[in-house]
Amino acid sequence: MNVQEIIRSVEADHIKSDLPTLYVGDTIKVGVRIREGGKERVQPYEGTIIAMRNGGINETITVRRIFQGVGVERVFLLHSPRVDSITVLRRGKVRRAKLYYLRDRIGKATRVKQRFDRPLK
Amino acid sequence: MIVSVGILGTKLGMTQIFDEEGRSIPVTVVQAGPCTVTQIKTAETDGYNSIQIGYKEVAQKALNKPELGHLAKSEASPLRHLREYRLKSTVDFQLGQQIGVDIFEPDQLVDVTGTSIGRGFAGYQKRHNFKRGPMSHGSKNHRQPGSTGAGTTPGRVYPGKRMAGRLGGSRVTIRKLRVVKIDSERNLLLIGGAIPGKPGSLINVSPANLVGRSK
Repeated sequence: MNVQEIIRSVEADHIKSDLPTLYVGDTIKVGVRIREGGKERVQPYEGTIIAMRNGGINETITVRRIFQGVGVERVFLLHSPRVDSITVLRRGKVRRAKLYYLRDRIGKATRVKQRFDRPLK
Repeated sequence: MIVSVGILGTKLGMTQIFDEEGRSIPVTVVQAGPCTVTQIKTAETDGYNSIQIGYKEVAQKALNKPELGHLAKSEASPLRHLREYRLKSTVDFQLGQQIGVDIFEPDQLVDVTGTSIGRGFAGYQKRHNFKRGPMSHGSKNHRQPGSTGAGTTPGRVYPGKRMAGRLGGSRVTIRKLRVVKIDSERNLLLIGGAIPGKPGSLINVSPANLVGRSK
């Protein structure tokens, strides 16, 4: 067994295999596990993926949404146990890997065109 | 003085794992041992108590005759690295005994010693964290040392003045790191945080040498 295989096998216990295929531009719902006063519950967070970072177990997505007129971006560590579930609501058609231009836009201009050639699952 | 036995190993690389609360913990994967006890020194024979352990099996031809002769006394296979650990008493150890990662337990604090990454002849900024000069506005003082001391009096640069020179490649101990996980089947230790050296370098892991007043 070589070094890389050993390190992969150490990570293997923590890597999720049931993640849906995600693309930049997709609208998704993330179930975030939060703990409040000793009680644990799942809070949904909905938004558009504006950036993805691959890195094996360190893979992250940046999800942007407008909440009460304020842009909110959250970075989710995909393989973290705090990310309970991810569901794809809508596939987006974009021509960039990073949608940082959405930060400068408001209202209708922040919409991402929908694409239908990719299944939601 | 460290008075407990440690283990030798190889740094494999870093990754991260998650704990029960979902926090990600950066860990270094170390393949440690199994080490063979190659010599036992006692106060009667050597003036102090210690055990010597060997790590990393190599081919017979990789060692010279004196080294092979020394290892033959403990009937150990040819081993590349030998290291001694001073102990209060050596009664628990026999020649040829195997020491594995199970001498540690999860959440134990350990000291990790290795050779830091060699950075060659490094300048002031990299070696001593000097500030650099302005890069523009006509400045030509980019990465210069600045003043090295006063003038005619004393007329020399004081010893110990921080200057450019060889950086890294020295023995470094990182103290009180936490053992996150132990895999005794594959002789793996997951140690929280970074440890000295590049992947593949020799690492010495020993129980933490706690000094000062204990609670």
